[in-house]
Amino acid sequence: MNAPLIGARIQRKEDYRFLTGSGQYTDDVVLPGQTYAVFVRSPHAHAKIKSIKKDKALKAPGVLAVYTGEDLAAAKVGGLPCGWLITGTDGQPMKEPPHPPLAQGKVRYVGDHVAVVVGESIEAARDGAELVEVDYEALPAVVDATKAMQKGAPALHDIAPDNKCYTWALGDKAAVDAAFAKAAHVTKLEFVNNRLIPNAIEPRAANARYSRADDSYTLYVANQNPHVERLLMTAFVLGLPEHKVRVVAPDVGGGFGSKIYLYAEDVVVTWASRQLARPVKWTAERSESFVSDAHGRDHHTLAELAMDKDGRFLGMRVHTTANLGAYLSTFASCIPTILYATLLAGQYTTPVIYCEVTAVFTNTAPVDAYRGAGRPEATYVVERLVETAAREMKLDPAEIRRRNFIRTFPYQTPVALMYDTGNYEATLDAAMNMGDVAGFARRKEEAARRGKLRGLGYACYIEACGIAPSNIAGALGARAGLFEAGEIRVHPTGSVTVFTGSHAHGQGHETTFAQVVADRLGLPIESVDVVHGDTSKILFGMGTYGSRSIAVGGTAIVKALDKIIAKGKKIAAHLMEAAESDIEYDRGVFKVAGTDKQKAFGEVAFAAYVPHNYPLDKLEPGLNENAFYDPTNFTFPAGSYVCEVEIDPDTGKTTIVKFSAVDDFGKVINPMIVEGQVHGGLTQGIGQALTEGCRYDPETGQLVTGSFTDYCIPRADDVPSYQLDTRETPCTHNPLGVKGCGEAGAIGAPAAVMNAITDALWSMGVKDLAMPATSESVWRAIHMKRAA
Amino acid sequence: MHAFNYHRPSSVNDAAALAAKQAEGKLLAGGQSLVQAMKLRLASPSDLIDLGAIGDLKGIKVDGGSVSIGAMTRHAEVAGSAEVKKAIPALAYLASQIGDRQVRNMGTLGGSLANADPAADYPAAVLGLGATVVTNKRKIAADDFFKGLYETALQPGEIITQVSFPAPKRAAYVKFKNPASRFAIVGVFVADTGKGVRVAVTGAGPSVFRVADMEKALGAKFAPDAVAGIKVKADGLNTDLHASAEYRAHLVTVMAKRAVEAALK
Repeated sequence: MNAPLIGARIQRKEDYRFLTGSGQYTDDVVLPGQTYAVFVRSPHAHAKIKSIKKDKALKAPGVLAVYTGEDLAAAKVGGLPCGWLITGTDGQPMKEPPHPPLAQGKVRYVGDHVAVVVGESIEAARDGAELVEVDYEALPAVVDATKAMQKGAPALHDIAPDNKCYTWALGDKAAVDAAFAKAAHVTKLEFVNNRLIPNAIEPRAANARYSRADDSYTLYVANQNPHVERLLMTAFVLGLPEHKVRVVAPDVGGGFGSKIYLYAEDVVVTWASRQLARPVKWTAERSESFVSDAHGRDHHTLAELAMDKDGRFLGMRVHTTANLGAYLSTFASCIPTILYATLLAGQYTTPVIYCEVTAVFTNTAPVDAYRGAGRPEATYVVERLVETAAREMKLDPAEIRRRNFIRTFPYQTPVALMYDTGNYEATLDAAMNMGDVAGFARRKEEAARRGKLRGLGYACYIEACGIAPSNIAGALGARAGLFEAGEIRVHPTGSVTVFTGSHAHGQGHETTFAQVVADRLGLPIESVDVVHGDTSKILFGMGTYGSRSIAVGGTAIVKALDKIIAKGKKIAAHLMEAAESDIEYDRGVFKVAGTDKQKAFGEVAFAAYVPHNYPLDKLEPGLNENAFYDPTNFTFPAGSYVCEVEIDPDTGKTTIVKFSAVDDFGKVINPMIVEGQVHGGLTQGIGQALTEGCRYDPETGQLVTGSFTDYCIPRADDVPSYQLDTRETPCTHNPLGVKGCGEAGAIGAPAAVMNAITDALWSMGVKDLAMPATSESVWRAIHMKRAA
Repeated sequence: MHAFNYHRPSSVNDAAALAAKQAEGKLLAGGQSLVQAMKLRLASPSDLIDLGAIGDLKGIKVDGGSVSIGAMTRHAEVAGSAEVKKAIPALAYLASQIGDRQVRNMGTLGGSLANADPAADYPAAVLGLGATVVTNKRKIAADDFFKGLYETALQPGEIITQVSFPAPKRAAYVKFKNPASRFAIVGVFVADTGKGVRVAVTGAGPSVFRVADMEKALGAKFAPDAVAGIKVKADGLNTDLHASAEYRAHLVTVMAKRAVEAALK
């Protein structure tokens, strides 16, 4: 009765609200008796706190309270926990230094939390914060992870005098060494995967209210996973019972990972709201976001690929030093390990791989998952090595990939993952066709006549989404479950509210999930609304990260839907006096097979809630079902990107003239939303390659790129009009056949861009170039080679 | 932002009188630099004297061989003015390249010049065209106006009222943008005035400056090749996160050449 909705380009249901400014973000929430918090942050990268004097601040007009680490310690407020325990090659657990919400005795990065001032207004709190007198004794700082490991480097934490959190490894080292010993060619690269600052459009914010009436708390917070936030905060930090704490993540303006974590500010305002018996709100200024949001990437890597004489991969060896920043953020430990080393097979049959990772504390903001989280770093290693190997061996970069593609599935990689399905050649062929690789030589010549350099680069990425299953993750150190929950509430007249533990902060779940439900039930999409982001409404949830929402959250919804239809059949069988086994559900109608008898979905729903003619002896009234889903495996989106750049040798400026991306996300629910996700991901990936690079002063540890004046996120005119397409090999282990699309662009784009730039410069002897490839760095590479 | 007193005088004289009374006061033009600094609490003026209500400071007049632009004229107005586009297209183009749309709709000519940011665009046009900066007290030749990093010839209480740009025979502005801020890493304004050639460089040094060697070469032959081999010294040029002095020095030559090409189109 209705056209299929899965696969349809349906306009986003949420956009009316966002485009008309009717969204309700955390900062929009103003509660009766509202107060405002401002944090006093460390101006030093590393210092002892000798004393903190509150008196002047407390006397300032409108200041209600000043709290420091001592106050929290006295109140037995715990430290911020890390959600993943990594066990090192020495068999020892990783070093977990205390992470107090407000510093105790020492600050460890610029922006570290020293005190909080609560005032009647933001201005009062800010004036008060300027009056808090902190006496620091500055200590030497170290911001570079490789330097932090050296002898004599300043130590951040007593429990890690060498600044090492862990050294961890994956793979068979001896087998890899043997493969290298018989290699005809070895390609080696050493590079830094540049640190990035996330910059969601909505800064972080938290507004907590304590109710004396029932000793309960409500926390509004810009967060990607409110149940996890509540679990971590209640069980590990504040020691509160979960049923007394409601966490609401209302409209959230982007996250890219940076809003997964339990942050100090969230804990402090929640605790302070009870001390003051008034709601306490904190909203980050952009400058605060730069210094205090968890950053991403920051790897220093030595990578080697061994090949036989035909360019067939024999083995890969990778040594990475990962900068964790000053403290362990919520999922920091698993990003450069579990989500990185496991992806090093890429799309290839490399038989043996060994990866060793040393994770290091430095005097910088904590580093955690940022769009892609470990997988962009892995893809960069693999795809830079592969492309460089092809050039060194004078093989076509597409051809060397074809020689090594995995072609039979399921495929067990040497780095723990089991790919269920894929067709890598199909996406490569399509991307090459779309990018007109055949015509590249002609375009390169034409550009040369204009004095410009052209380059073409590939990236064939693999990604693992919907991290799972919980028991295996648990064995690897996860301290949380990795399932998702969903609930379908059918109302008496047949409209539907879907409750999901996934959280949307730009992804368009309110549309995509409604499409799935409306399609499966055969209802108009207008009859389905999606609710998320509130622990008092949603039964449970693990939230949104790692491109898991449709694969894990969507499946939980489908499982709940299956239960709805099963119950509906029982009701329909009763209403139509037929055997349950004869009832079929077809696009909004329950039918008795082989007859013209039928009941609409709404009639069955009505019967469930007005059970006058109803099998009350066998069946409960109502039509409401929930489901939890714990996947049996990751999903494995993959794709091929072809990037073409033109470089102006006089200025070094790189322009991306063409970017063709063909992704295999499995079944696509809403192609328009998927394209939007790919556009965003590609743009962030191009940002990493060309414009974005977080820099700390190596001596002082000050954040040099602390504003948009110096930290360059790409603008519309920095990126081309993308050419996109998809190929579908449905995921084999979830009912929708979906894989996830949120991070792909950011995973594949950096290598594609850098491969294109190094292609343009290869004939000048430029083998590698650091990201971001700024105009000056490209100019220098050209200039030095010309001068030489 | 700290609290401050706000004034909105309706004449230049009233504004100057207010400024004379408030030692810690600041004149507010478009606010694109000052308000940001106040929000970050890097500037905390006791008083803000908003020049926005003074009608005499606004507007564009083309008169014979020159274009006079009121100090409070917004960048977007200059960029969009048919008269400016006709008389000095390079000036309208320069205004269209300042900051972003929001900045161009608020920022003003006078504000930009009084602030004298080393990477601002307008100083290149003022010096490149040999404009005259008119204040409530006097007329200042462009060559005498810019004194250094954020420094001008303006005295306390002196208010720019308008700038008079002589129309050149041909001119062009080419800018190599800072990718993050979109300020000029190097911007070069080349003008063949009819009585000689002026080459003004912004972004590269602590203040806008002229390149005598290039002016001389272009005076002899107004062609891209004339400047292609002329290098400026890196000594004294700016080095920051985005560009070293050496790179900026190189870009001055490249941008100058491109500006000449553009002027000839």
